[in-house]
Amino acid sequence: MMSLLDHIQGTAALPEIFLVVAAMALLMFGVFREKSADIVNIAAIVVLGIAVAMVIWGGEGRQEAFGGSLVIDTFARFMKVLTLFGSAVAIVLSVNFMKTEKIERFEYPILVLLATAGMMIMISANDLVALYMGLELQSLALYVVAAIDRDKAKSSEAGLKYFVLGALSSGMLLYGASLIYGFTGHVAFPEIARALAAGEPGLGLIFGLVFLIAGLAFKVSAVPFHMWTPDVYEGAPTPVAAFFAAAPKIAAMALFVRAMLAPFSGVLPDWQQILVFISIASMVLGAFAAIGQTNIKRLVAYSSIGHMGYALIGLAAGSPEGVRSVVIYMTIYLIMTLGTFACILAMRRKDGQVETISDLAGLARTNGLHAFFLAVFMFSLAGIPPLAGFFAKYFIFMAAIKANLVTLAVIGVLASVVGAVYYIRIVKLMYFDEPAERFEPMVTEVKAVVVLAGLFVLLFALFPQPLNSLAEAAAASLF
Amino acid sequence: MTVASLFFYLFSVVACAAAVMVISSRNPVHSVLFLILVFFNAAGLFILAGAEFLALILVVVYVGAVAVLFLFVVMMLDVDFTELRRGMLSYLPIGGAIGLILLVELILVLGTWNFSSEAGKIAEPIAPGGVTNTEALGLILYTKYFFYFQVAGLVLLVAMIGAIVLTLRHKAGVKRQNIADQVARNPATAIEVRQVKPGQGI
Amino acid sequence: MNEIIFTVGLIVIQSVALLVALLIVTAFLLYADRKVWAAVQMRRGPNVVGPWGLLQSFADLLKFVFKEVIIPDGANKGVFIIAPLVTALLSLAAWAVIPLDEGWAIADLNVGILYLLAISSLGVYGVIMGGWASNSKYPFLSALRAAAQMVSYEVSIGFVIITVLLCVGSLNLTAIVKSQETGLATLIGLPWLAFLNWYWLPLLPMFIIFFVSALAETNRPPFDLGEAESELVAGFMVEYSSTPYLLFMLGEYIAIILMCAMTTILFLGGWLPPIDIWPLNLVPGVIWFLAKLCFVFFMFAMVKAIVPRYRYDQLMRLGWKVFLPISLFWVALTAGVLVTFGWLP
Repeated sequence: MMSLLDHIQGTAALPEIFLVVAAMALLMFGVFREKSADIVNIAAIVVLGIAVAMVIWGGEGRQEAFGGSLVIDTFARFMKVLTLFGSAVAIVLSVNFMKTEKIERFEYPILVLLATAGMMIMISANDLVALYMGLELQSLALYVVAAIDRDKAKSSEAGLKYFVLGALSSGMLLYGASLIYGFTGHVAFPEIARALAAGEPGLGLIFGLVFLIAGLAFKVSAVPFHMWTPDVYEGAPTPVAAFFAAAPKIAAMALFVRAMLAPFSGVLPDWQQILVFISIASMVLGAFAAIGQTNIKRLVAYSSIGHMGYALIGLAAGSPEGVRSVVIYMTIYLIMTLGTFACILAMRRKDGQVETISDLAGLARTNGLHAFFLAVFMFSLAGIPPLAGFFAKYFIFMAAIKANLVTLAVIGVLASVVGAVYYIRIVKLMYFDEPAERFEPMVTEVKAVVVLAGLFVLLFALFPQPLNSLAEAAAASLF
Repeated sequence: MTVASLFFYLFSVVACAAAVMVISSRNPVHSVLFLILVFFNAAGLFILAGAEFLALILVVVYVGAVAVLFLFVVMMLDVDFTELRRGMLSYLPIGGAIGLILLVELILVLGTWNFSSEAGKIAEPIAPGGVTNTEALGLILYTKYFFYFQVAGLVLLVAMIGAIVLTLRHKAGVKRQNIADQVARNPATAIEVRQVKPGQGI
Repeated sequence: MNEIIFTVGLIVIQSVALLVALLIVTAFLLYADRKVWAAVQMRRGPNVVGPWGLLQSFADLLKFVFKEVIIPDGANKGVFIIAPLVTALLSLAAWAVIPLDEGWAIADLNVGILYLLAISSLGVYGVIMGGWASNSKYPFLSALRAAAQMVSYEVSIGFVIITVLLCVGSLNLTAIVKSQETGLATLIGLPWLAFLNWYWLPLLPMFIIFFVSALAETNRPPFDLGEAESELVAGFMVEYSSTPYLLFMLGEYIAIILMCAMTTILFLGGWLPPIDIWPLNLVPGVIWFLAKLCFVFFMFAMVKAIVPRYRYDQLMRLGWKVFLPISLFWVALTAGVLVTFGWLP
């Protein structure tokens, strides 16, 4: 077994191989056994857990797999653990929802597993082909899970919209990749970097770079490639939206970071200005467009667009501090988002799921715990100290200032002030308005996610050091 | 002018003309048929380039399978393209302007077009004499690019799962043929012999 | 310059010779088909034109050619005319690579089998175009049916071909035949029992699948759902008459003979003699090739005469749920056996 792995140079990619093989085994199990959704759900979570263990104890330092197509360094390991964690929590959140909505299917966890495998390939991608293959594996599975509630028009619409726009962005990315290949003669990141160091980058290369960034920006849903996000989040079943907001964002951001820094660190000024524009646009649009929303899932969608803008500031800085701040930001964002979506999932009355913001009115009086933690997440998303969200933004802005992007940092602060308006509006609604009809009590696993995420957000200020040092090690491995 | 270049121009001209017809013909079925013509000419170009394996695979996969399904859907859908195109004229000015800008940009790029000197070099060396390009492709695909090949397989697996998840419906109350049951029937389980007395019936 | 003219001229002469021979063979095989069918049903079959009715096919040819071409009013004229041409042309084009004897192929492509697969997969276009262009319900339904059927069975044909290719190690048709010069018979030490060398024995399940799939691929009974006269009148050919109809029929029959030739090459050792002893190995290869081709065609005719028509869902079930898994499994098995025993060519 081990010799076979060595033969294909896949030892370092063992977690990915395990994930994929396990997904296929579960697929067989699910097909040949009636009513297998419960077992497959649990098994998928276990598989993700084992994959986490394999990533963590899979070795130290920088390893390569498949002849350098994949690179596994501290950054990749950290991001992979986050992604696997995000996927696992998304499956946990989905179990009860799928059952009550009667769309319970064993294929859902399997598609999540395969999407996660794609994300792991994205995170580790060390050449343009692996980048594209990982991205497609992930996206295709996501298109399907967006439409998994196939009898609802909105869910099908979400899937179709995501698919069409996703295909367009893949096309742009591929076009960019082919231009880059044409002008440098290489697909592998280190060799592109070497080719760039050797000679003057032509206009054609910059063209390719722009297309590449456009494709990647779509995947992290940054403005101006964000249009799909609100519709998809709104249309897809809530736990699926939770999944979308969590794991794929982490993977796409990790891919973005690596695809910019590994091959193109030599032409930093060229892509820095693009990223600065994208991040400003995302922050501003995320802040302003969210104000008018009435649907909480759309609101979270705009909020995630805004958050991607903040995270991109860290990337635009292009420095180890910048990457460190991105890593910290994405970690905290993942936990806040999962917590928020768990709260949204708990918005269930007798006659079904509700998702308008006004349904939250007076929640504090009907369900204090729910209201408290949702308020915590809202404050944290807004970046109010001493919650975790504040630190995330703090590190980002510090990195930007160190990289002489003061304007960007100032705009970021202003945008987060505007953004705070709609986060706080929800808190006000919950605490000071007349109560609406009460929600059903939270399901155990949703409550567990809410409480754990809430505690992390609340207590992060006391123990920031472990995450900080991990992020620093991760960032250092990229430079 | 050699025979090869004659064929090159023939294939490329027909391919371009057919490609134009794909987007301009009024009848969608004709569009698909022209698309098939494009595929054929592309295959011809592959053959001229000495890549006969790719050429035939292009025909088998794209013409033999993908385009058939296309044609299938288009024939059954009865799409009215003139209806779809109705609004086109009103968008023409702005569309034209964007197209013009893109064209200028492209010209700017082409002006500084500067292929890396290494682009040609790193292409896999053509296999030594005696190895057909089928073999050469196989040797590269299943060794050096083994990983991509596997991931591509996974992408297709996901596509298949997706298609089944989104469309397969098990209708209740449908009687399905069970061949095994039918084959397993024998006279002992299938017929019952009764003695019928004359004039009485059963 | 002279050399080019010479080469081109040679190719033209070869092609014309093959074409003429092929058409004549087709005419008599058509006659044989009807005779076999008649014999099974205890009729006499064609027996009026010429001695024993031998010239029946030629009489039919004249009859079709002299009839008026009728193009329905609502038909899509261009496509309507092109469809039978496509069918006839494609099935003729495929013959360019068939080696009737060693070195007797007009084009000895090194991807010959792939070329055949490509051409036979294009056969569906004639059907689907004809059915659609007729602008009539029955032809259209039949075209959809036939197209789905042909696409389905192509998959298992592809896998069967891959299995053979694994044993051969080349896509060249001549090489495929040559690799059958040695095999099981040489392995057991009786090299003169040459017919044991051929792939039909070691790959018997694939041989059967290929044979049945070939029936389905060419829309032959019992899989002639495209034509099913009891429900769809005459399928996609309802609106065709005269020469276009003739072209359809011709194309179909040549495609059938092509499938027989493919069976011969892939599984029955092409032009190799079945028993490698004097005087049998003095007989020219082309005679053996034709004999084997006729044998396979006889099987086709017998199937047509004996087996009742399948229902459409049964047809699809057979293709996707039986043949596809078996052939896929056999590809894996063959590859595994070849690697394990070190028999890879």
